[in-house]
Amino acid sequence: MTNPVWLQVDKATVAFNSSCVLSGVSLVLEKGEIGCLLGSSGCGKTTLLRSIAGFEELTAGEIRINQQLLTGAGVHVPAEQRNVGMVFQDYALFPHLSVLKNVMFGLRDNEQGKQKALGLIERVGLAGKESHMPHQLSGGEQQRVALARALAPEPVLLLLDEPFSNLDVSLRERLGHEVRAIIKETNTTALMVTHDQMEAFAMADKVGVMNGGQIEQWDNAYDVYHCPKSLFVAGFVGQGSLIEGELLDCGTVKTVLGTFEQDESNCCSTDVGCQAGKKVKVLLRPDDIIHDDDSSLQGVVRKKAFRGADFMYSLALENGETITCMVPSHHDHPVGEPIGIRMEVDHVVVFDH
Amino acid sequence: MTASSSGSVAGWCKRLLSGKALWPLFLLILSLPTLLALGSVVVSLFSPDTETLSHLFKHLLPSALGNTLLLVLGTAICSSVVGVSLAWITSVCDFPLRRFFSWALLLPMAIPGYVMAFAFVGLFEFSGPVQTVLRELFGSSAWFPDVFSFGGVTIVMTLVLYPYVYLITRNAFLTQGRRSIEVGQSLGLSPLKSFFRVSLPMARPWIVGGVLLVVMETLADFGTVATFNYDTLTTLIYKSWFSLFSLPAALQVASVLLMAVVIIMVIERRSRAARRYSQSQHASLASSRFILIGKRRWLATGFCTTVFLLAFILPSWRLLSWAIPNLERDLNNHFFGYIGSTLSLAAAAMLLIALLALLLAYGARINQSLPTKFAVRTSTLGYALPGTVLAIGLFAPISMLNNWLQLLGIPATWLQGTFLIMLMAYGVRFMAVAYSPIENNFLRITPSVDDAARSLGLNSLQVLRRVHLPIVRGGLLTAMVLVFVDVMKELPITLMTRPFGFNTLAVRVFELSSEGLWERAALPALAIMLVGLIPVMLLIRKTDND
Repeated sequence: MTNPVWLQVDKATVAFNSSCVLSGVSLVLEKGEIGCLLGSSGCGKTTLLRSIAGFEELTAGEIRINQQLLTGAGVHVPAEQRNVGMVFQDYALFPHLSVLKNVMFGLRDNEQGKQKALGLIERVGLAGKESHMPHQLSGGEQQRVALARALAPEPVLLLLDEPFSNLDVSLRERLGHEVRAIIKETNTTALMVTHDQMEAFAMADKVGVMNGGQIEQWDNAYDVYHCPKSLFVAGFVGQGSLIEGELLDCGTVKTVLGTFEQDESNCCSTDVGCQAGKKVKVLLRPDDIIHDDDSSLQGVVRKKAFRGADFMYSLALENGETITCMVPSHHDHPVGEPIGIRMEVDHVVVFDH
Repeated sequence: MTASSSGSVAGWCKRLLSGKALWPLFLLILSLPTLLALGSVVVSLFSPDTETLSHLFKHLLPSALGNTLLLVLGTAICSSVVGVSLAWITSVCDFPLRRFFSWALLLPMAIPGYVMAFAFVGLFEFSGPVQTVLRELFGSSAWFPDVFSFGGVTIVMTLVLYPYVYLITRNAFLTQGRRSIEVGQSLGLSPLKSFFRVSLPMARPWIVGGVLLVVMETLADFGTVATFNYDTLTTLIYKSWFSLFSLPAALQVASVLLMAVVIIMVIERRSRAARRYSQSQHASLASSRFILIGKRRWLATGFCTTVFLLAFILPSWRLLSWAIPNLERDLNNHFFGYIGSTLSLAAAAMLLIALLALLLAYGARINQSLPTKFAVRTSTLGYALPGTVLAIGLFAPISMLNNWLQLLGIPATWLQGTFLIMLMAYGVRFMAVAYSPIENNFLRITPSVDDAARSLGLNSLQVLRRVHLPIVRGGLLTAMVLVFVDVMKELPITLMTRPFGFNTLAVRVFELSSEGLWERAALPALAIMLVGLIPVMLLIRKTDND
């Protein structure tokens, strides 16, 4: 069962003084989905978010919500008429208003509005703090007020701009799950921007990896990690190493670590073609490589990083290439020692040279 | 061709209506009076030579310039010594009554120079109480220095202006704490040596800032030097205009004064940059002060007491002792008339200037184009221009316009001798005073707050009403209080541009005291002081919170 298309961005382009900030970005969110734009700073993700909110105009392209044209073809509905809610990176609470008044800001100032605001304040876990002023709240609490305030007018779309970047790591994770639950509960469609991939994976149904004003891949989190569609996505999301390979056939590649075959269950056919003998690059995630003392396949430990539950080893192969490999932490090998490895590659990802 | 040009005209109209061009245009109009005043003074440099002018340049200008420079130098040295030493002992040391003095030493800011001047003269002249007592004790007081002298003016100017140095330097010392001394000691310096080699150099940008403010105020002062008959550039502007009846001469002197001001302004801008660079220190614990013991603690208390007595208690006592016996005579309808005209003038200027400053700050927030920045810079420049320069700089071109219009047969008396020039001059002089607290409040509102309000369904007018105004209300109020009190105390602008027969308390004080009628000047002077205490109290409360 698929929901109707809700947010639709089509070839959105923004150019300031002839330098392109967004170049032809397209994405689609279904009703109730949470999308997340992932990318380093300056990749255009915030500009895209602000264009959807109506704060920026597009140079070209279209933005629609529920089929209604908001931006494009000479149309630009002002931000205040879009009913698109936004949670800002710095929360942007109104410093002169109490928590209750902040949440009621976009509602009618009557008993009904008040009851609704009180309900939301309770839902975000701030019951009893209605009359506090923003400066009396902690960062996490301010974040919750910002969320309640944005949700109060029942926006057609909720936008979140790096909502957790000002919080410490432990709080970030917990709040991420809570926010996801609240958004899902209210059946709100949401689009978030972040540079933190764990946050994106925890929150989102769809992840878009942005680079240089374009979305390189728009997929669910699992596929973005296991089946990256471009070298940039492969490098930006998760860890891994690229080693040399040679195509034998469609979907079969030979490397120094053995021959891998794509089967039908995995999705990862990038457009490298089928030409036998073609040189390609093969992506190996640390979890594709299993430590096995009995294996004849060996790599020499070059670097090691202790991470508590496991070691991250950098291994040098016989041809000089390096791979990374995650090993349970009771396998403590010194630098310089050769250790046995075994390949368990579920997703064979190859790229053009 | 026609199509494209009409298209660009239409585009321009659309931009104008959408406010993109409207704001810069409006703000540029706001800065016109400042440009007019500056322009007419600068242009006068190229006016043809006349007999009056050559007389002026040969005889009057050199001595006035010399006097001005001497006074600036003397006041700068004295007020920096007094201000810095008071700031140091009240911020880093502990001694009896320290907490009291740390705010009480700011109170002299409520006393305008022209009031301090005649109160001081009344205390120390031959027939004054001090010399009378000395004569009773020693038989003669002939050895007592003459009050009407360079020394007398310098002491009065110092007593009025040292609080600027004190206030700014104290902030610097408070952030340093005694840590700076401890750093010096850990590197093998004695406490005294570390004061001169560490603490003082660290506070230098702030000290320089305070002293430059003092220099600006000394250059601009008119009332104090006029009371002492000490001829400076400001009194020469006044004399050229009202005794020699020569506007060109007055403009020439004004241009010399303006040059001095510009030089100081350039230095001030630079020192401000230095203050920004060295602001990285963290506030250290104020609780760890040097507790002075033995003789030293009484020396510190004695020093503070002396300054406080001379700068605040004695002048206040002198004014009260003049005013109270004559209260029945002086508290008449004339007096209430002066109060009424002063209050209505100050209120009108306050409302006008605060509103314009609000628009200036709001415009600068929503439209950050180059013309807007230029307009803000220009409009807030006037605080540095001496009142005498401003008065002549605005009066001269407008009276010229008046003459032209009359030649053309157009009656234009409404231009001259009305409140127009006066309000314009106040606007130029006090726009910065009103602008900075409002701007400060606007700066606290991050741009995303505007966006948040809009995403919740408010248009830009509603954003101004429901978000901006409530947040900047405090700053607006401060701006109004400051402008009100400043206009009320203002002397040279009011004196030189007022409509015929219009008197304020300040003008009344000046007229009476320059005729030597000090007993009668005391009551209006006290009224000014009382109102002047309001902003000082606000300032004290603010620094206490910090």
